[in-house]
Amino acid sequence: MKEFAYARPADVDAAIAALSGRPDGAFLGGGTNLVDLMKLGVTAPALLVDVSRLPLTAIEERPDGGLTIGANVRNSDLAAHPAVRTRYPALSQAVLAGASGQIRNAATTAGNLLQRTRCLYFQDVGKPCNKRLPGSGCPARDGVHRDLAVLGHSPHCVATHPSDMAVALAALDAVVHLRGPDGGRTVPLTGFHRLPGEEPHRDTVIGPAELVTAVELPPAPAGPSAFRKARDRASYAFALASVAAALEVRDGVVREARLAFGGLAHKPWRARVAERALRGAPATEEEFARAVGSELAAAEPLRDNAFKVPLAHALAVRVLARLAGLPDHDAATGAGR
Amino acid sequence: MAAHPAQDGPPPPDSGPPPSPASSSPTSSTVTLEVNGTSHRLTLDHRTTVLDALREHLDLTGTKKGCDHAQCGACTVLADGRRVNSCLLPAVAYDGVEITTVEGLAGGGAPHPLQRAFLDRDGLQCGYCTPGQLCSAVGAIAEAAEGHPSHVTPLSAPPGAPVPLSPDEIRERMSGNLCRCGAYVNIVAAIEDVTR
Repeated sequence: MKEFAYARPADVDAAIAALSGRPDGAFLGGGTNLVDLMKLGVTAPALLVDVSRLPLTAIEERPDGGLTIGANVRNSDLAAHPAVRTRYPALSQAVLAGASGQIRNAATTAGNLLQRTRCLYFQDVGKPCNKRLPGSGCPARDGVHRDLAVLGHSPHCVATHPSDMAVALAALDAVVHLRGPDGGRTVPLTGFHRLPGEEPHRDTVIGPAELVTAVELPPAPAGPSAFRKARDRASYAFALASVAAALEVRDGVVREARLAFGGLAHKPWRARVAERALRGAPATEEEFARAVGSELAAAEPLRDNAFKVPLAHALAVRVLARLAGLPDHDAATGAGR
Repeated sequence: MAAHPAQDGPPPPDSGPPPSPASSSPTSSTVTLEVNGTSHRLTLDHRTTVLDALREHLDLTGTKKGCDHAQCGACTVLADGRRVNSCLLPAVAYDGVEITTVEGLAGGGAPHPLQRAFLDRDGLQCGYCTPGQLCSAVGAIAEAAEGHPSHVTPLSAPPGAPVPLSPDEIRERMSGNLCRCGAYVNIVAAIEDVTR
């Protein structure tokens, strides 16, 4: 690891000032991804500006009935918060489906959004990678890509975004609050992460010395919400595919539907095509299957990850069926929760 | 034990974020690590993790380095009472934070009840993961008592109420600690013993 300077400014403005004009520096939150990447040599900041003790640790009620989650709220505290568990269960479930107890105790809300892909080529400095070293190529496209993207990838990058939390936030219409050298701004969660295009080194739209200060949740959706994840082992593994959904059904008809996929793309994938197909449709498994299929028709799987498409389809239909109160196949087959 | 003499007294009371620790060079700082109730004043390269500070600077080698990437849990310690992977914590960022290692679990000359249970249940073979398992289990038991849910906690569980630690709950909550000898069955039994 390269040597680095360290600063722990006392407030947000001082932290932004400390990183302004320092493209060789980085903010340090919980460190659970950044320090790992520094050990691997994937990134080598010359300056760490420690924002982990800034007083951005509150979960507060908003006048509109939503919540504001401070950037430094630890993942474990977010998942355990009574208002999150009762009003935004998909978010609590998503956070608890990710990482380990130890990591969730250290990892922050902002850091979870800003974590980097776990693509093996990105993490291996002996390999080319357009995300790590722009222009060097993407060996994953023809190499080991079982865990990688089936939606929205480009010739330059097939990485996936690893966060579970962000998938629930995408479905819940969360808004990211940013503060930078030029003041504050807000960005919808669905517009915060990017598709790779020709600039896969840019994961998000965040600017130089810009700091995530909070994530805003609008009032909870009218119907129930849930998150579900498929992975290679029962715990402590990244998603092969995941689904966050909220569904409002009245008189057997879908009034409102929110659906987002994780593990399929370079960003949390808000399934707007499926949502349009669901609104006004009868709340039946056949209609759910058709709507989800219309979204996944855009999938362009790679040689070894085509299994993700039917996996994501089955997950989404199962979650929607459960939210609609349809008969539970899992209970009959004994399949996982 | 300590190659570096302990200093008396905790740092001043915390009112908001403390200032940056004293820099002795651009890439090192003098910090105070509070470990098992003892203050240690150390000048550390910023690259030093809490794990390396414990093992290489304070001779507290109970905490183990397994993968060094937070994948195995062997390095688990408690920071302000919460379990964390010490391999990913820059020591300079943990200036003034209370750290408890496996050496700090026992008190009054007797093993911690969980240490006793690991012995009674034979919850180990080679023992390399055991310090991390112990610290992680202490943290997990506290989290459940505080009402923190897990991935397998029923959705109907009342928020904030203590979560009973069934074997499924223990397995899920301990998934960040690997045991390559495969002593899992007895580790779960040992944790069950102290929570009954």
